[in-house]
Amino acid sequence: MPENRLVFPYMNVEENLHAGAYSRRASEAEVAADVADMYRRFPRLEERKGQLAGTLSGGEQQMLAIARGLMNRPKILLMDEPSIGLAPLIVREIFNIIRELNAEGVTIFLVEQNAHMALTVAHKFYLIENGEITFSGSPGELAEDEVIHRAYLGSQKD
Amino acid sequence: MIDFVQNTVDGMMFGSSYALLAIGFTIIFGVMRRINLSFGATIMLGAYIGTWLHVHHQVSVWIVALTILTSTVLVGIYVERLCFHAIRRSAVLASMVSSFVIWMQLEEAAIHLLPERTYAFPALLAAGSFELGPFLFRAEQTSMLVLAMIMVGVLHVLLYRTRFGLALRAVSENSLAAAYMGINAAWVTLCAFALVSLMGGVAGYAILSTDAQVTPFFGLWATFKGLIAMMLGGMGSLPGAILGGLLLGVVEAHALWYLGNEYKDLSAYLLLFGMLVLRPGGLMGQRILSREALAFRRV
Repeated sequence: MPENRLVFPYMNVEENLHAGAYSRRASEAEVAADVADMYRRFPRLEERKGQLAGTLSGGEQQMLAIARGLMNRPKILLMDEPSIGLAPLIVREIFNIIRELNAEGVTIFLVEQNAHMALTVAHKFYLIENGEITFSGSPGELAEDEVIHRAYLGSQKD
Repeated sequence: MIDFVQNTVDGMMFGSSYALLAIGFTIIFGVMRRINLSFGATIMLGAYIGTWLHVHHQVSVWIVALTILTSTVLVGIYVERLCFHAIRRSAVLASMVSSFVIWMQLEEAAIHLLPERTYAFPALLAAGSFELGPFLFRAEQTSMLVLAMIMVGVLHVLLYRTRFGLALRAVSENSLAAAYMGINAAWVTLCAFALVSLMGGVAGYAILSTDAQVTPFFGLWATFKGLIAMMLGGMGSLPGAILGGLLLGVVEAHALWYLGNEYKDLSAYLLLFGMLVLRPGGLMGQRILSREALAFRRV
């Protein structure tokens, strides 16, 4: 799931989902079943299935990007900055989706600059400063202020 | 009034061949964001190879037609390998210059094959005409229109109903996202070139059949007409290419009838000039731009 969503703007929602299943080489029926599955999970996408993806709102595009990623039936879903460019309310909605997906058994690898939101969903987190992992553990092991401080400003050891 | 309708119909028939040429340019532009200047020369070399077989080996018309199609596809693949695949995707200008160089190369090869100025072109359909009410139809032009309609239909199914079409549209809309979906852009591009060249071969055959001759100017002519029709309709837009082609044909037919032959080509350039001033995005391009702006506002 790429940063900035990168949905196909002139394809409708349904075609975007089909594109997500491209590399699986699955049968039409199998893909159609997965599309129906996505619509159950994201009813908003079903409402807009004939609409061009470029005309969706940012939050809807993010949902579509997630659904498109899931269409590939990944062993692990890589998410690059899902909160980027979205209003705080929508960000909360997206993180709810992330939590639900995870509860259903999807392993998620999340890269996120919104440390506060990321800590609310993560089971395990890594802090990267200047390209090096400087801390790894589960949320709560390090005070949130400290995480945020180091994530944005870097650690000041000396 | 009858003249006007007759001219419009004639224009649309000839315009359908412009539309096929424009589709060739617009698909390549859509997939690669590059202009393939050598498209006209590709068709010309294909047609020359077929005509050469006919002139020197007296093969049947069917074999000529088949040879033209296969050799146009092969030349198209050659162009893609040499001047689009080999050059970085972002190097728009370099690929345009190299496609111009290949244009010269292909034309030179064609002229060496058949060095005289004109050769009779072996048409599949004998020239003829039939009347419908007060209107006169030329058989080979009518068959060109029908052929164009069939090809547009096939292309539509291919683009919107098949796996390959999905991949091609994905690459043309966002090649990075397409790569994330596991779509091989290089392979899709090669297939697109082969497809477009095949269509170009059919269009070239139909056009040369109505002309009944081949000249070394055909490559330049096809590139001009295709590019103008594409720009009239809007770069990268498929319906735009069809509309642009038909519009160009109709305007040329009227200019030819009311103003005379010397104004035929001039009217095409004037039409393009007017379009670029009034609607720089072309007929369909503008709509797409506004849709993009709308999408941007909603984000």
